[in-house]
Amino acid sequence: MKEKMPLTPVPAPSASIAAEASEADLTKPEEATGTDSAPALAKPRPRRSKEPAIDPKKTPKMRAQEVDVFYGEKQALKNVSIDIHDDRVTAFIGPSGCGKSTFLRCLNRMNDTIPTARVTGLIELDGQDITDPGMDVVQLRARVGMVFQKPNPFPKSIYENVAYGPRIHGLADGKSKLDEIVEKSLKRAGLWDEVKDRLQESGTALSGGQQQRLCIARAIAVDPEVILMDEPCSALDPIATAKIEELIHELRGRYAIAIVTHNMQQAARVSQRTAFFHLGELVEYGKTSEIFTNPRERRTQDYITGRYG
Amino acid sequence: MPKGHTLKAFDDDLDRLRALISEMGGLAEHAIRESMRCLQQRDVEGAAKIVENDKKLDALEIETERRAVQLIALRAPMAGDLRDVVAALKISGVVERIGDYAKNIAKRVPQLEDAGKIEALSLMPEMARIATEMVHDVLTAFVERDAEAAVRVMKRDDAVDDFYDSIFRTLLTHMMEDPQNIGQSAHLLFIAKNLERAGDHATNIAEMVYYAATGQHMTEAQTGKKP
Repeated sequence: MKEKMPLTPVPAPSASIAAEASEADLTKPEEATGTDSAPALAKPRPRRSKEPAIDPKKTPKMRAQEVDVFYGEKQALKNVSIDIHDDRVTAFIGPSGCGKSTFLRCLNRMNDTIPTARVTGLIELDGQDITDPGMDVVQLRARVGMVFQKPNPFPKSIYENVAYGPRIHGLADGKSKLDEIVEKSLKRAGLWDEVKDRLQESGTALSGGQQQRLCIARAIAVDPEVILMDEPCSALDPIATAKIEELIHELRGRYAIAIVTHNMQQAARVSQRTAFFHLGELVEYGKTSEIFTNPRERRTQDYITGRYG
Repeated sequence: MPKGHTLKAFDDDLDRLRALISEMGGLAEHAIRESMRCLQQRDVEGAAKIVENDKKLDALEIETERRAVQLIALRAPMAGDLRDVVAALKISGVVERIGDYAKNIAKRVPQLEDAGKIEALSLMPEMARIATEMVHDVLTAFVERDAEAAVRVMKRDDAVDDFYDSIFRTLLTHMMEDPQNIGQSAHLLFIAKNLERAGDHATNIAEMVYYAATGQHMTEAQTGKKP
């Protein structure tokens, strides 16, 4: 089910919010490994281009508080609270069935598609409660894009795959503007040089790694604010994986990124924050460098050192 | 570590690394003890053997490094495991160094063959005993991941330093009494210094063991160092 869900399923005339987030913060955040735990925040960060410097008290991009998820009778997520900031990559790790994907799917209400799923608690995007029934889910998913485990390009041309979202969201007036968005998105996804001479070929004719980058290009074409990735590399070979990881690194600072991965080395490589889930609980959430060198919780230690189970 | 890895071979690799460190420690302790015996008994042949045996320590250090690098490459250790492997790598270098001090003492034995009754000489076996115990205990602490034991080792270094101070003063007096004593006294001073360094290195290892076991660095209060 989840692999087949297109990113922006239904048209909506909602260009405004997504467009604002576009070029505001092109410069990259300063630190790579994140010296930004609570006490370390005392050091002010250098200012970045137009956006004000990240203030420790600034509202996180997304905030989840006391989130519970039930699938029918079964509780899949227990009282999870996480803040996701827009200048860093947040990785969710944990054994199968721990709730990490469930949590990721709460962030753009993908769990709505499962009839028995029930989500309680507060989930905010820029301070706005997204669990509100009045929330426009289509617009939400344009702001919070998603990339899935298996590349799922539309059976259309490479160009159309990327142009589809901006067109239905009314982001481009005219062909040249659309061309520009397609080129920019493919460039950001690191795919432009490989496909610029064959934009009219089918997206499904590309290799797996290229397809996944096409899906990422498609996700960023609508100028989302947050990108959720659910095991984006698990079906890819190491070289394609490295390219996606490099891409995540490039995209950091432009979008808030949350990634679910079974590959702990990947979490260590791409993220600045890591959350470890176990049996539906959030066991530990902290700086990636700390989680992988000196976790506070025994369960985290056992899992990341390979002593789980 | 409370329980083993899902992958048993990982545990075997870590155990082998610990065993190598233990073996190196055993050789270094023995070398210091032997150097003291040779010094007391003026055993020049025994001293030559110590110098020769130091090559074993060098070889074990290389073996430890090779295994540690291999383990990092093949097993991608994390958290406590990673700290352990890095500690093993560093400790092997330090233990090799302690072995060098024993070798240095042994090399001075022939110069002291006809040394008479020098008071400082009688203090050295006790000083050496404490230093070697520190080395022994700190490596046991490493193998057992015992941070508290590492802290205890740390605190014993003061005793070694006190011995060094008193040997230094005794030798100074001895040299001032008769310039003819200067040559031998200088050798003895270096020997005392070597033992003092061995104790210092044991405290360095204690810090590494503490970090490996806890993920925290020892606080100043725990190091118990005199300001």
